[in-house]
Amino acid sequence: MNLIYLLPIGSIEDEVLSVLEQRLHQVLGWEIRRSVPLQMPVTAFNAVRQQYEALQVMRAVADVVPSSAKCALGIIQEDLSIPMLTFVFGQAQLQGRVALMSLARLRQEFYGLPANKELMMTRTVKEALHELGHTFGLIHCPTPSCLMTLANDVQHVDKKESAFCGGCSVLLKDTLREFEMNEEKEVL
Amino acid sequence: MNKQWHILVVDDEEITCESMAAWLREDGYSVDTAASGKEALEKTRRKEYAIYFVDLKMPKGIDGIETMMEIKKIYLDASVVIITAYATVDTAISAMKEGALEYIVKPCNPQEISMLVGRIIKVKNLERENTILRQKLLGQYTFHDIISKNAKMMEIFSLVQEIASLRSTVLIQGESGTGKELIARAIHFSGDRVDKPFIAVSCAALAETLLESELFGHEKGAFTGAMAQKQGKFELADGGTILLDEIGDIAPKLQLDLLRILQEKTFYRVGGIEEHKVDVRVIAATHVNLQEAVKQGKFREDLFYRLNVININIPPLRERLEDIPLLAKGFVERLSHELGKNIVDISEGALKKLMEHAWSGNVRELENTIERAMVTCKERVLSENDFQFLNGVKKEVVWSAPVMTLDEMEQMIIIAALKRTDGNVKEAATQLGIDRSTLYDKIKHYNIPR
Repeated sequence: MNLIYLLPIGSIEDEVLSVLEQRLHQVLGWEIRRSVPLQMPVTAFNAVRQQYEALQVMRAVADVVPSSAKCALGIIQEDLSIPMLTFVFGQAQLQGRVALMSLARLRQEFYGLPANKELMMTRTVKEALHELGHTFGLIHCPTPSCLMTLANDVQHVDKKESAFCGGCSVLLKDTLREFEMNEEKEVL
Repeated sequence: MNKQWHILVVDDEEITCESMAAWLREDGYSVDTAASGKEALEKTRRKEYAIYFVDLKMPKGIDGIETMMEIKKIYLDASVVIITAYATVDTAISAMKEGALEYIVKPCNPQEISMLVGRIIKVKNLERENTILRQKLLGQYTFHDIISKNAKMMEIFSLVQEIASLRSTVLIQGESGTGKELIARAIHFSGDRVDKPFIAVSCAALAETLLESELFGHEKGAFTGAMAQKQGKFELADGGTILLDEIGDIAPKLQLDLLRILQEKTFYRVGGIEEHKVDVRVIAATHVNLQEAVKQGKFREDLFYRLNVININIPPLRERLEDIPLLAKGFVERLSHELGKNIVDISEGALKKLMEHAWSGNVRELENTIERAMVTCKERVLSENDFQFLNGVKKEVVWSAPVMTLDEMEQMIIIAALKRTDGNVKEAATQLGIDRSTLYDKIKHYNIPR
């Protein structure tokens, strides 16, 4: 099935998930299905850094991705990191089945600023599409405005647009079409 | 971004390796991981990586610095980034001293790593582009391993292509080291005999009797030591091409045998009575002025004309100075692989020095000179200092002019002086050691255009 699972890890606001369902479907054209929340993977928590280890959380997501889905996007409130880096907004398996994103640094409150729900939602959609783009084989794009450009801080996230550039759009469409054709073949 | 670059992440913690690899893959790099220094070296022996991220402390086996040093034994120019969780000034200094490109403390800011990777890859891309451009440039001036942009040489290249598939004999003349054998090979490999043998024989290297047996073969018992029948080079080259190098040095008896084979296409093995027929294209080469040798009675005139059906005269290196930079760069590129040295270029100063040298040994001498300089060079670029051994070697005047009258010679010297000075009579007169009015008189006398 041309299906992507949204997998809340711990508690995620319903509004965030609803907006993601709607926007991801609009952009990708695939069915977006919300999954039952995954319990916080306690072993992935790094007490020293007060962050969750992205790779370990991704492994927990990988364990529950239904075989019917092309991939799953895990969404976590808490800040993520990997041993080499102080933080990551998210991480994904390139051409794989698992993507992960954190909401922590997408909120203005993280930077000591007043909450801005609209801005947070815009950033969330951008980050979700960026990580899902990786699962469809897209790599970081040199076009600064493209969704697939690498953002190392939230200012970068705000600078890029909520759309893929021409090149990435073509690559994404081709990949989506390839999946859809394979799906049709399997049905036949 | 170049998607073909490979990166190796070396860390004993699997999660560090895998998470870093995943992060770099999102950037389009091909990433491998290694859990130990030993594994890193095994992978490095199989593949060259653009960047090596190596953890400093790996409890089992060799540590990060040793791993880096071993990697650098395989790829001297490897870009190694040492990673550590416990930064100390001592370890940083030690890592940099041993050749680490960077030293980073984990965890570090994503921007820092992005910029670091971007910077290294940018340099790698430039180096790759530079290599490609250099190869393209050399390729433009390369004809069957012969590098030249000299007009005379270009004419020779086109002549070689024109005559490659003919059967006519070719006489290649030129000083030692000018590349006579390369031209002979180019003729063979450009023509329709390409899939047949190319046999080169140095006529100067063997005594008369041995050379005869070498060229025509011998029957068993033909002479002491001839324990079995042996095929000669002409038989081995049947259908292909034979190069008779240093033909000017062969004895009169052999000259006669060669004449027969050129006329009749037949020969007898030494001690044999059976006539053998072969289809061989003969190319002869010599540094000797054969016309002179004929005049002096040292070389058969009939053989000379048989050989000299197509004549190729290769200019000495001093008459194609424009080729020296191209040749030097070509030798640096080839020899750096052969000698296992990481020398990528040659400086302008060094090239200037090479241009001023006499090169009586021609291209071969230039090649040997570059090799000698590369053996002792410690830097990535050959500099003027690497050619200090050329100091004191004065530019010799190698006189190879044909016979001419004193007047003709004077006229030639005046023309050359005017050419050197762009027609400046005063300067030309100074160079010739005569006063200006004398030079004017001579220009007028010889009717030399300016």
